[in-house]
Amino acid sequence: MTALALAVRPLEFYFAQYRRVWRGTAISTVVTPVIFLLAFGLGLGELVDRSTDLPDGISYLEFVAPGLIAATAMQIASFEASWPVLSAIKWSRQYHAMLASPLRVGDILIGHQAFIAFRMLMTATVYLAAIAAFGAVSSPLGILAIPVAVLVGVAFAAPIAAWGAYTENEASFVAIFRFLILPMFLFTGTFFPIEQLPEALRYVAYVTPLWHGVDLARQLTLGNVELWSALGHLGYLLAFIGLGMTAAYYSYRRRLLV
Amino acid sequence: MASHNGEPLIQARGLVKRFGELVAVDSVDFDLQRGEAFGFLGPNGAGKTSTMRMIGCVSPVTEGTLSVFGLDPARDGVQIRGRLGVVPQEDSLDMELTVRENIIVYGRYFGLARSVLRKRADELLEFVELTDRAKDRVEPLSGGMKRRLTIARSLVNDPEVLLLDEPTTGLDPQARHVVWDRLYRLKRQGVTLLLTTHYMDEAEQLCDRLVVMDKGKIVAEGSPRELIERYSTREVVELRFEDDDKRPDDFGYWTDGLVSRVEPLPDRVLLYTDQGDAAAHGIHERGLVPESVLVRRSTLEDVFLHLTGRTLIE
Repeated sequence: MTALALAVRPLEFYFAQYRRVWRGTAISTVVTPVIFLLAFGLGLGELVDRSTDLPDGISYLEFVAPGLIAATAMQIASFEASWPVLSAIKWSRQYHAMLASPLRVGDILIGHQAFIAFRMLMTATVYLAAIAAFGAVSSPLGILAIPVAVLVGVAFAAPIAAWGAYTENEASFVAIFRFLILPMFLFTGTFFPIEQLPEALRYVAYVTPLWHGVDLARQLTLGNVELWSALGHLGYLLAFIGLGMTAAYYSYRRRLLV
Repeated sequence: MASHNGEPLIQARGLVKRFGELVAVDSVDFDLQRGEAFGFLGPNGAGKTSTMRMIGCVSPVTEGTLSVFGLDPARDGVQIRGRLGVVPQEDSLDMELTVRENIIVYGRYFGLARSVLRKRADELLEFVELTDRAKDRVEPLSGGMKRRLTIARSLVNDPEVLLLDEPTTGLDPQARHVVWDRLYRLKRQGVTLLLTTHYMDEAEQLCDRLVVMDKGKIVAEGSPRELIERYSTREVVELRFEDDDKRPDDFGYWTDGLVSRVEPLPDRVLLYTDQGDAAAHGIHERGLVPESVLVRRSTLEDVFLHLTGRTLIE
């Protein structure tokens, strides 16, 4: 109980800061999905639907929209756990300020991740509303794509925070985005079924948390949930979060308590 | 004067901090009594900040014992930090937030209620004379104002001990005096201060008692006046020469019987004596004519020089 109360306290800072910048992020939160949906769902989707049949007779828009929810969560959360974490240690030093209070390293980590989860919640909600407006959500279960997006976000934010607290060098973030995040965005099931990938790469895709998030979100918005597959995805995401948080905890301790 | 009633607030015995091979703090002992202003005086790298970080429970003790409020920093960090105020060497203010928000958000880390904090923030801003900047963002404030805000913020939990790590490093002289004035007021209100500094004037102004640190060790302890009496003379004559040709290699002939000690430095020569004017007059009569002669009071800088053979700020 007290432990939880302590971990909630850093949120005061993130919300106070967010109040100053939310207008900017709100616009991009709304505009980005609309642009993606117009381009991929309607533009590209028109061509795809004309030339091929997707499984279960769904439209390309219905296929790509849930994938975009998960993939966007990955991108925003990864960003929020990279520079901001290093900055809170090295430049703006918020973590040090928090450590001068009763807050512990674990509280600081959980507090920051909780804020990222909150951001995912807002973003995914807007996204889901947008794709529903485009007619791409065919089941009420689709609402559960929101918590799935939150899990995907934290599954990336936790290990990247671990790295952010370890590295001295911000250039490594650019490498992470270019060589990990972008390929995942493109190749792990968001835009086309991973069955299209060569077999070896398919196994790589299975390892990424994004594929699990994309497939789970898709099952939910389409309303054809395969129970064991869905539970498997959920379990994988939770395990990834668990490992990521553990790594981040030790990384934070190593960097902050010297 | 320090009141020695009851247990010390902070007690260190044989305290050691090592970073790999480097020994940052090398077996130090000290006590901090309630109500006193206690200082660690020493150059950069003396181990002052490492000691402060151990007290603040953000740096594990390598060896020895450290007790803060009778508690163990390794186990009771949450309780200890809740009763400390910390003014770190590097500002950690939230630049995007307003001056007032900085105090309120920080107070929330301590679990204080928002209604309490609104009142507290106004009082603290009044105290550090930032009331008229309350609604401004922090980023454009001057260095001195940021420091004052950091001090105000560190007081939000009404700490029993305020830790100040080099509180005026990097400030211009006027801003330093404003900070000193606020700290002096806190001291008079009975707040226990623990500060590190490499400015001897800061130590003299603020500390009831201090330890001189060098290379991780405590080399002397006492009040500023005691230290000066013990390790220096009442006055110092500083001689400067136009060039090295005009500067004697050996001062024995010129100063014999006039001063108790001669300290040749690269840029000047210090003569330690209780009678500065008489000594200056004496060497002049013997025919030594430096470019400039300055008679001044002995300071902690002289104490440090005597104890370590080095100046505080290089």
